[in-house]
Amino acid sequence: MMRIQARTEPSSLMKVASPLIAIVCTLLFGCILFSALNKNPFEALHVLLIAPLSDMYNVGEMLVKMGPLLLCAVGLSLCYRANMWNIGAEGQLLAGALGGSVVALTFIDSESVFVLPCALLAGIVSGMLWAAIPTFLKLRFNSNLILTTIMFNYIGLYLLIWAVNGPLRDPDGYGFPESALFSEAATLPTLFDGSRIHLGILFAILSAFIGWFVLTKTHLGFQIRVFGADEPAAKYAGFNSKKLSWFVMLFSGALAGLAGVSEVTGPIGQLVPNVSPGYGYSAIIVAYLGRLHPLGAIVAAIFLAVLYMGGDLAQIQMGIPVAVVGMFQGVLLFFLLACDFFIRNRLIFNKQATH
Amino acid sequence: MAETLKKRHSIARIELANITKQYPGCLANDSVSLTLMPGEIHALLGENGAGKSTLVKTIYGVVAPDSGDILWDGKAVEIKSPSKARELGIGMVFQHFSLFETLTVSQNIELCLSKTQLTSIGNLSHKISELSTKYGLNVDPSRYVHSLSIGERQRVEIMRCLVQSVKLLILDEPTSVLTPQEVSGLFVVLRTLAKEGCSILFISHKLHEVTEICQQATILRAGKVIATCEPARETPATIAKMMVGELAEQDAGYSKKEGHHTLFTVSALNLTTKQPFGTSLKNINFELKAGEILGIAGVAGNGQDELMAIISGEDERNTGHALSLEEQSIGQLSAGQRRKLGMAYVPEERLGRGAVPDMSLTENTLLTHSQGFIKKGLVQWQPLKAYANKLIVQYKVKCHGEFSEAKSLSGGNLQKFIMGREIGQNPKVLICAHPTWGVDVGAALAIHQALLALRDQGAAILLVSEDIDELFLLADRMAAVCDGHLSPVVKTADTSIDQIGQWMAGTFISTPAHHTEETTA
Repeated sequence: MMRIQARTEPSSLMKVASPLIAIVCTLLFGCILFSALNKNPFEALHVLLIAPLSDMYNVGEMLVKMGPLLLCAVGLSLCYRANMWNIGAEGQLLAGALGGSVVALTFIDSESVFVLPCALLAGIVSGMLWAAIPTFLKLRFNSNLILTTIMFNYIGLYLLIWAVNGPLRDPDGYGFPESALFSEAATLPTLFDGSRIHLGILFAILSAFIGWFVLTKTHLGFQIRVFGADEPAAKYAGFNSKKLSWFVMLFSGALAGLAGVSEVTGPIGQLVPNVSPGYGYSAIIVAYLGRLHPLGAIVAAIFLAVLYMGGDLAQIQMGIPVAVVGMFQGVLLFFLLACDFFIRNRLIFNKQATH
Repeated sequence: MAETLKKRHSIARIELANITKQYPGCLANDSVSLTLMPGEIHALLGENGAGKSTLVKTIYGVVAPDSGDILWDGKAVEIKSPSKARELGIGMVFQHFSLFETLTVSQNIELCLSKTQLTSIGNLSHKISELSTKYGLNVDPSRYVHSLSIGERQRVEIMRCLVQSVKLLILDEPTSVLTPQEVSGLFVVLRTLAKEGCSILFISHKLHEVTEICQQATILRAGKVIATCEPARETPATIAKMMVGELAEQDAGYSKKEGHHTLFTVSALNLTTKQPFGTSLKNINFELKAGEILGIAGVAGNGQDELMAIISGEDERNTGHALSLEEQSIGQLSAGQRRKLGMAYVPEERLGRGAVPDMSLTENTLLTHSQGFIKKGLVQWQPLKAYANKLIVQYKVKCHGEFSEAKSLSGGNLQKFIMGREIGQNPKVLICAHPTWGVDVGAALAIHQALLALRDQGAAILLVSEDIDELFLLADRMAAVCDGHLSPVVKTADTSIDQIGQWMAGTFISTPAHHTEETTA
């Protein structure tokens, strides 16, 4: 028999090392998995993790995937720091994509410089709105935020599918469920010729620094940290929990909305049903891998983006199913949570004497 | 010499020889020796952190000593676990009871008995009733534990030991949760037990109790036995001196003050508790005046927590006009708004409520003291650090520096820090719960003096404490709570420990007319 005992003093070294240990465990798991699939594990890992960084084109594509991951993860980091379990970044991202598309398509004939800012703003506001409803339900009726935000992911997805099949469908698109291509004025400028690296990636990196600034330098950020670390202390100090909840949820919704609108006005260039390959869900892993620290999220977002890219390459080059990426992500989160658990607890075997 | 003499007469019930236990960074027991004869009531004394708990945990098999021997009835034994200790006949009543509230007394007792014990006892309820009459414990086996008072629960714990025919009973601060009358009841039980030959090891901070009931005392300081004495031949003051040196004498004889104008009022406050076994507040009325300390006595769980939470605003229910500060009703304000109006609060739980365990002392300063350290929403960390350092120096908080995490401080030092932080905001009203609970004598002295200095500056202080001696020492006026009722408020000089003790037991409740008359007077 064994039982679990809380450690008196969690090792501070291990707190930092835990993501690395989790990654190593995930890679070992990957080796076993690929061997079982009769693929050379080293080749597979090379394609999955090294090849995405092998040339400038691939690095560019990796950054394109990193952008939305990072935007969502920064918002989620703040939410989770404040004990607001927002699982709805995916829905908020889709709402942002939809809201931005409505503006971009409404002014499709305009060449005004204001179209793009308006579209971006519409995306941000839509993301905030999508985060606001579950927040309101939680604060007003004490509903479970995890459940409502997940539900709103699906509502957002089907609303978007309805829109591209209905009011926003391209009239000249032969009935395909896609909108018309956005005008030049409603498209995010790329940063380098010949790559798809667009302004949204700068937004993402900027958002990480803003998130870091808020958490460490402002009184509001301090209150968020207290709330997450020790709720009774926050109540004792008289911090306004509703205000903080609204702030983190709207901030997170705004960033996810920006991620969504940056996708449709950036690399995609139109509204399509599959705007996101689950960025909003993967961002949860990014947030935890980055230790809920906005700057840590940058590194974590790069790692997950590499995994996304590698998944595509592995499918093309080695015929490995793309579902492997999802599996990798899941296993990574599993090992990460397990490592965190063993930082705080340890297993005791009953034979040993207890002290 | 005396000890060898005693041994010739009879064999010691338990003899500890040179028990040493080293924890990382702390020598908890340093070659401690202790002998208990059958039928002896023996006091184990010392400040917090002196090593008392480690020693009794060693006896009870919870802690394995690094070296040293234990002789039980003259034979060397190794007590590897609490069940082994119980087998030998060692029983322990912890400070915090381990009873299931939703079970009956006999079910609770049954839970800790082995199958062989149960079969040898036969009818457990019978046995409980029998022992209950024999020792005057007055424990009804069929009652549910949640319906019992704290004193009764303690007797259930003692009963649990008696059922297992205990030969050595260890009591960890048994009287800290009892009213004075319940304490005398407990002492009767203990004396009867001792007469039967049961040895009792009695841990207490209350020295007059030790002089009253114990035949022998062992005093620990920093893990070592520094003195043994016969308490009957000493006075509380001389024993205190042995425990802590000269400090205890300083912490006495403070002058009483009379408050000026009323700052804070609680009128006709009724509040249903949110907790399943909490206490509802029933028509609470009192006034808190500038420049006075109002002490509220009471056994834990009689509505103190509920009262503190509603006054601080942590209980967010709107009480409207029931609470007012400077004639402005504040019952509708949040905890943060009340703080801005000049209320400060020292909670009972230091770590996890009064301070965030994983944050530095600087950050914990900011927890409640943000005034002057925020500019345009940004935290001014440098001045804040300097201020935190100032608090550390001023209140002699032992720590590495402002960067130390709150959880790295001892209870007493953290309490001094929290007290300093709250007083540093120059509050008009300070609400203070159990300020020196579990704090050593030196820190308690510092906290007492800080409270009195704040009072003399004109602040109104509400002091809720279980320590009746502390209340008599500090409070200018006093009242007691029992079952959510507040007793009349009287001047400390006009009352006695006996009267407050009776009020703690609720004798004032049956006369509500008298009650309202007195409080408004």
